[in-house]
Order: sequence, then structure tokens, then C-alpha cells
Amino acid sequence: MATSPLFIHLDQMFIILRDWLVGFLPAALRPAAGVVLGVIAIVCVFPGLFALTTVFERKGLGRIQNRLGPNRVGPYGLFQPIADGIKSLTKEDIVPLSANAVVHFFAPLVLVVTVFMGFAVLPMGRNMVLVDMDAGLLFFFAMGAATELSVFMAGWSSRNKYSLLGAMRAVAQMISYEVVLLLSSVAVVMITGSLSLPKIVAAQNTYTGIFPHWYIFTPWGLAGFVMYAIAATAETNRSPFDLPEGESELVAGYHTEYSGFKFALFFLGEYLAMFSISGLGTTLFLGGWSAPFSFLTFIPSWIWFFSKVMLSIFVFIWMRGTLPRLRQDQLMNFAWKFCLPFTLLDLIVTALWRFMGEGWLRWVVSTAILAAAYVVMGRAGMRSEHFGPRRYRYAE
Amino acid sequence: MLGEGILKGMAETAKNFFLSYVSKERLTTVEYPEQRIPTVEAARVFPFLVYDGADWEAGLRCVACQICEKECPPKCIYIDKSKDKKPDYVGKQQFYPTRFDIDISVCMSCQICVEVCPFEAIKMDNEFELATDDRFGGLRYDRKQLARSNDYYHSIHPTEASEVDARLDEEKAKVEAKAKAAAEATAAKAAAPAPPAPPAGGGS
Amino acid sequence: MNVVFYLLAALTIGGGLAAVLLKHLVHCALATTVAFAGLAMLFLQLDAQFAGFAQILVYIGAVAILIVFAILLTRGSELPKDGVFSRSWFVGLAIAAGVFAVLAWAVLQSVRAVPQQMAVPAVSVRDIGNALVGRYVLPLEIVALLLTAATIGAVIVAMHEKERPKS
Repeated sequence: MATSPLFIHLDQMFIILRDWLVGFLPAALRPAAGVVLGVIAIVCVFPGLFALTTVFERKGLGRIQNRLGPNRVGPYGLFQPIADGIKSLTKEDIVPLSANAVVHFFAPLVLVVTVFMGFAVLPMGRNMVLVDMDAGLLFFFAMGAATELSVFMAGWSSRNKYSLLGAMRAVAQMISYEVVLLLSSVAVVMITGSLSLPKIVAAQNTYTGIFPHWYIFTPWGLAGFVMYAIAATAETNRSPFDLPEGESELVAGYHTEYSGFKFALFFLGEYLAMFSISGLGTTLFLGGWSAPFSFLTFIPSWIWFFSKVMLSIFVFIWMRGTLPRLRQDQLMNFAWKFCLPFTLLDLIVTALWRFMGEGWLRWVVSTAILAAAYVVMGRAGMRSEHFGPRRYRYAE
Repeated sequence: MLGEGILKGMAETAKNFFLSYVSKERLTTVEYPEQRIPTVEAARVFPFLVYDGADWEAGLRCVACQICEKECPPKCIYIDKSKDKKPDYVGKQQFYPTRFDIDISVCMSCQICVEVCPFEAIKMDNEFELATDDRFGGLRYDRKQLARSNDYYHSIHPTEASEVDARLDEEKAKVEAKAKAAAEATAAKAAAPAPPAPPAGGGS
Repeated sequence: MNVVFYLLAALTIGGGLAAVLLKHLVHCALATTVAFAGLAMLFLQLDAQFAGFAQILVYIGAVAILIVFAILLTRGSELPKDGVFSRSWFVGLAIAAGVFAVLAWAVLQSVRAVPQQMAVPAVSVRDIGNALVGRYVLPLEIVALLLTAATIGAVIVAMHEKERPKS
């Protein structure tokens, strides 16, 4: 049933649309026009999803906190992002007098540009990658690294000690967790044998019986996914790692001195970074656009991809509503003393998995090593004073 | 074990999220102004002047004793006493206020004016949606705006109003009884036979 | 030679010049970042994907941040009193011209030595990986050792000194 023409057309709907539109142009311009159409699609779809996500976040957090979210502007508050957009466009753009005007202007631009570039390599459906690069994963992380520079530019150019402090903290946090992020992805690359994201998805798109071969269903994949999720939350400055932009600590951290549309650009950049990192996480561990059961492959691939990304976003929102903020030193200790050793161990276990050959033995050995390491390191961590539960001298 | 607390927390918030659609105690929001929480009886906002009967000017209980003006901590009451008198609820002639202004932007709802009034003339209202865009006097209420009938007082503070009415009726009854006794004494005096004439010749 | 190469070359040279000519030190660091970006795009234009992305990841993502942190933490943004250009700039110019001459001679020699009809070999990431753990494994391990030594050194330098007992 999945191979009947109707479902194939639904699946390749956007590719067919693009080819039809591009067919109006002479043959020499067709590839460039195809790429431009893809870029236009990305620039329209993801900010639209961003608008929806802001409403869902506010309503979701509200329900978690025993209150309604916004519900006045349109049915169930769904037009709230339009009101927010109009507000941010009409606010006065204030640049501090002693601020570095050029750097102050370019910081949000650099952020948004590099984050949009990251979407170019994500496979959003069958045959739906904008650019199929041989070193696609490396390109994605290169763009993520450039994001840190814009954070620093924003904080330094504002000539505000709180902004600078927030920017330094943010950059330190992003650098530390970037190591964890990269190492957990390297495990996937080791097993797949390629840095190209469509190939990684294709390797996960096979089924034994009705169950798919997603990497999250393997012991090293699960450990890797947990580490990737923690690092992704820290990379995008989301709770519980949102100290650099915590409203109660640092006013607004590195974007204190931004108002109006530049602030909206920072906001947009943060949410788009969330989407793109969730997209990469689905591609690496959750099978990208492949369906969870083999009898569900008739549903178009892009629906699966976006559902998985939105599910990750809901988990982000859920975590935000649940956990208190981590302090800066707790955050850094957690990264270097727990996450990094665990990720390195995960790499070794992945290598063991690869070279042990098929069979039940490798499952048992991998699971045993990872579980034992987690329990031991967890116990040691809980006893340490850097990121274990705090002991109160007088309150007990 | 590491991570256990996080999972328990996430289960709790998930429960909160889903049950907020079905259970009232998980979603305690009252969507003002379409829904309102009913105010309790003892709620108080700003004072008002009570009048008995139908005519607010004639039935105003206030006798302009100015005790509330003197006791008011932020001094938001402005009273002008009248020159003439008019009868009150027991028939006694009393002064009345020609001007009784309360500046409710200054009033702090402490209820001291209510506590010290000997005539049960000023009581606390519970209306709070009083915002106005008139910056220059919209929040200074004169005696016509402040006057509300005793029936209104009953409707917002029933038990208090009944107590006040009982007290006033008791006073009235006492005054009337006294008047009746005095009238009876005068009548008895008038109706009694004349006392015997004093003896002629000066008594020693 | 196509237009793209000239544009990228102009960007790189412009960034490099701005890095030495600007007054404020953090501006110079950011101009260096622009030069790194130009270099990365030159690599990409030559179809060396791995080198280009690694350049962005390492240089812009880590080295540039390191430079600005170093500037900020050592209060280097104050302008020196007697200007930023040294007095003996002529000697510097002579040395720079000498280095440029040597490099230009080497590049032109290599162009003559290698016939121009030969196609550029397409090097994929897989080939780089194979080379790194096959032929060049010794340099890889030595670089790893060097990096470990540098990390340990950094940690020791930044560690709190042990409290000296009060005498």
C-alpha cells in the first residue's frame, strides 16, 4: 500500500511542486531556481513553526503551572504571535550611546544567518534535502560554532557589565556542551560510516519485522541520545541551562540592550536553533523521516520528520516547566565531570558493538557496561558537592 | 539514582498538564471580567453615606459631627457643616453636611471612619471597578455620589445592616419610651387634682 | 580565474588588513574572524569540504573566541599611549616582503612543476580518515599528546593555589 501512486505522490508532493515550478525556466537556470525555491520554503516554514511554538509554549507552560496561557487574541490565543510580531516591529530601536554600533547591529544578523544555514543539510523527507553534502554533519556543527561568536558580539558590544557577564557565561556553557554534542554524534557516524545526513537516515530506514532500526533502540544509541538531548538543551540556552538569559539573574543576559526587532531576531534565532538541533537529533537517533512501524510507511515522510521535531520541542517545553535553573558552576561541572566521560565511554561501547558482530551478546555487554557506568558515576556525582544535592548545615 | 528526581518531576508536571483540562482544582484561573469570584460579605473598598427612606438629602444619617474627618489618617474627607438644622430619625434637630467629599485616590480603606461614626452614617462599599480617565476630579466623590440607600446597604452587607438597624430601632424605641414616659408624666401632672394651697401666712 | 575567487580574496585580504590597522583590539579580533571566514570560503571554493568546515568549526568557533576571551581577561582593550604602530616599521616591511617573495616563488615553482591538465583529485572525508589512521597516524598521535599537554597545563595554570599555612 505504501507504494501505491497516491501515497508516493503525497510523499514527494513538494519535490513534484518544485520541479513543476522550475520547469517554466530555461534549463540553464533550473538547478539554481530549485535551490532558491527550497530556500524560500525553509525561510517561510520554520519561522511559521516558530510563531506556533511561541503560543504552544506559553499555553503549555501555563497549563503546567495551573493557569491558562494567552487566550484573548483569536481562538485559543492562536493569533498571539501576530500581536507579538507587531509589538516588536513597532518598538523603538534603542542603541546605547557608548555601545559599539557596528558590532551591536551585526550580532543578531550573524546569529539568524548562521542558524538558517544549519537547515540546509537536514533531510526533511525522502529526497528533501536542500544540499546533499558529503560532510553535512560537519557543516551543521560549523554553523553552530559560529553562533557562539554572535552571542559574544552581542554581549560585548552592549557596553553593559551584565550583558558581558551573560555573554561570557553563555559562551563558556556553549563551548563545554558542544564537545558533548559532537562526541555523541560521532558514535552515530562510526556506525553509519558517513558524515552525510541522508545516508544516516537511509541506514536507519530498514525494518526487522515491524520494528525500525533507529539508533535510539540500541544501548549505545539510547545513551548517546540522552547525552545529545542534554547537550542540545544547553547549546540553545533552554531551561534548565538558561542561566545566561535568566530573567531573574541577569536582566536578560547578553540581549539586555536590544529592543524592538533586534530582540525579536534573537528570540527567532534561539527558537530556530532549537528546531535545527531537534531536527539533527531526529536525523541522528530517531530515524529522521522514517516511520516508526513498517505498516505506517504510507504516511508521508515529511509528516514523520516534523512530528518528531515537534515532539522534541514539546519535551523541551516540558523540561522548562519542570526543572529549576542550574547554577553556572553546577552546569560546567556537570558537563566536564559527568557528561564528557560518559560520552567517551559511549564511544568505546559503540566501537565494541561494531566489532562484536551480530547476536545477542553485544546487546548484553553494551547494556551492562553503560548501565554500570551510569549508576557508578551517578552515585559518585550525587555524593560530590559540585553537582550533587546540596547539604544544608542548619536546616536539617 | 541520578535522574530519578527529574523523571518524578516530569511525571508530576505531565499530570498537571493533562488534568488541568478536566479538574477544576488543577486549573484555578478565573477569567475576569467574564467570570468573577463572588466577594465575601466583609469585603470593603471605599466609604459611602447611608440614607434612610427615598429622599437622599432628607434621609441622610450624617449629622456633620466631623469626627471621621478628624480621625481619617490620610485626611481624605472634607466636610462643611450646615448653619441650620433638620430633624433626624428620632425627630431630634441635627446639623447636616452641606459638603461631604471623599477623595478616593487618597483613601486607604482602613475603615476608621466607619468605626468612629456614632450615627452609623458612613459604611464601607465593596465596588472596585471605579477607574476613570478624568484626572482632575473624577476620583473625588461628593455627597450626592456617596449617598446610597439603606436597602443597598442591606444588599451588600446583610448581617451588618441588620445589626445596625436593630441598634437604631432600639435607640429609637428607647427615645420613644422616654418621650412617652415624659408625656405620661406631664399628662398625669396635668390631670391630677390641684395640690392643696400653701398655708396662709408664711411658714417658718 | 572567476569572480568568486577575487571577491573572496578581497574579503580575506581586507579582513587581514583591518586586523592590523584598526585601533580597538576587539575590532581587530573580529576582523581576524572575517579573514578566517574568507579563508574557509576559499577552501570551499576549491571543493575541499572537510578543510573548509573544519576551518569554520575550529578557527571561528574556537580560536576566535579564545582570542577575544584573552583580550577581555587581560584588559588589552586599552589603547597604548604611544600609538599602535612600532617605530621600526620599515624593518617589519622588509621581513614581510621577504617572506612573501619566498612563498610566491614556491607557489609558482609548483605550478610549473605540476602539469595543468591533470584533474584535481576529489578527496572525500573517507580518504582523509583513512590517511589519518593509516599513513599519518604518528603525527596524529603526537598532536593528540601535544593537545593533552596543553590542556593539562591550562588547568594547572588556572587552578586555585593550595592555601599556604599561616606562619
